[in-house]
Amino acid sequence: MIKKIVIANRGEIAARVIRTCNRLGIDTVAVYSEADQNAPFVSMADECFLLGPSRVQESYMNAEKIISIAEKAGADAIHPGYGFLSENSRFADQCREAGLVFIGPSSKVIEHMGNKIAARQAMKDAGVPIVPGTDEAVANVEDAKKIAETIGYPIMLKAASGGGGIGMQVVNTDEELEKAFDSNAKRAQTFFGDGAMFMEKKLDNARHIEIQLLADQHGNAIHLFERECSIQRRNQKVIEEAPSPFISESTRDAMGESAIRAAKALNYTNAGTIEFIMDEDENFYFLEMNTRIQVEHPVTEEVTGVDIVEQQIAIANGETLAYNQSDIGRVGHAIEARIYAEDPETFFPSPGYISTFELPDGENIRNETAVKADFTVTPFYDPMIGKLIAKGADRNEAITALKQALLNYKVEGIKTNIPMLLEVVDHSQFLNGNTTTAFIDNYYLPMMKTN
Amino acid sequence: MTEIKASMAGSVWKIVVSEGETVEEDQDIVILESMKMEIPIPAESDGTVKELKVAEGDFVNEGDTIAILES
Repeated sequence: MIKKIVIANRGEIAARVIRTCNRLGIDTVAVYSEADQNAPFVSMADECFLLGPSRVQESYMNAEKIISIAEKAGADAIHPGYGFLSENSRFADQCREAGLVFIGPSSKVIEHMGNKIAARQAMKDAGVPIVPGTDEAVANVEDAKKIAETIGYPIMLKAASGGGGIGMQVVNTDEELEKAFDSNAKRAQTFFGDGAMFMEKKLDNARHIEIQLLADQHGNAIHLFERECSIQRRNQKVIEEAPSPFISESTRDAMGESAIRAAKALNYTNAGTIEFIMDEDENFYFLEMNTRIQVEHPVTEEVTGVDIVEQQIAIANGETLAYNQSDIGRVGHAIEARIYAEDPETFFPSPGYISTFELPDGENIRNETAVKADFTVTPFYDPMIGKLIAKGADRNEAITALKQALLNYKVEGIKTNIPMLLEVVDHSQFLNGNTTTAFIDNYYLPMMKTN
Repeated sequence: MTEIKASMAGSVWKIVVSEGETVEEDQDIVILESMKMEIPIPAESDGTVKELKVAEGDFVNEGDTIAILES
């Protein structure tokens, strides 16, 4: 039984994991960098240890240091959160070699899904539809142009080991492909240590819809329905909701079944998410699998009532899933808005000192936060400072609650994307559920230009 | 002579020009990395790079001088 967990992460997700541990009576150990010494998650934990300097390679990516802290603290498990080491198969191995439970799937499945080309093949083998594209890495720009002829533009050029929107670009012509190929391969090499690129057909008016999975170590797998995460800027999500305002009940069932088929084919364990891209006719195609908890997991928790972190720990303990598929229901609608420290028009980051920080509250409001008043947001990490989740009996109620909460969300001292979020949730296309991945480009940015 | 300053805090990810090089207005001088995003810092006018004040990997604060341009 897990009694003490090291959270190998920071910010809101570290605080989120600590909250569930507190409720379950599990001791928590925070690890933090110099930049984070005053961060809320550090004081929330039962114990805390300094990892090192602020840069990620010297702190949150320092696997050896994290494991040695876990040993020193007498912890029995590590929760990796998202980002950082969460999808690093070597880290999962290192934890297990040190006798620590890694709260996540096997290193084998992490590695398999971490390579997007291999993941595409695995899904194809499991009978899950994949986006038309290449089955192997594209060797050079000449080959890329030949492939482009068969797939047809527009094309999504992607890094095999990519993530977070890095090493990924839409190309519309041979010229654009020529320009983008080498630069993205190089960037992927720098960021992920792997410059392999592949190509997928870019779907028009696409939506990003994902299925949350839970799978135990005894071969049971269930899904917790979908999240729609189509509103994105710089290929990163901004607003997520459950259920999707777009899909029919039969598509929902088909997606859930596909995701479970994939989980079983992979012998997947713990929480995971299969991301799909969907066209205007509700055809869905596998995009990638995230072998960890997602940023946007709260919307699923709000509509299903399942605490995903609790389930992750139970699965890691070797317990049988607490639910059958038929136990999982949905009530109401939940929407999450990510609060970013950034310019609301250019999306450039805005690190700095937060003088005032006041959160909205109310029974339909949930806050996940990484910061507080009198606190400095440093340039070393992701710009997300919080997540605001609103729920309602239906989508309109959830939107109304979200809008009011955004108006009451006070951050002074740095720029945030709150003005942008307010424009989005007030837009007729958003209200109509016309939430495609092109939303920001098609509706928000043109509006900013006219102002 | 113009000073090119960092528009935000971050670390110097790449220096894309060398001292003595002629640059045009809007040409990138360095690329900062801040909050996991690449932030290009361009020249505000045509000129010659007289001096680079930073090295790759350096941390800069908003307003720090990155390079000096001679027009």
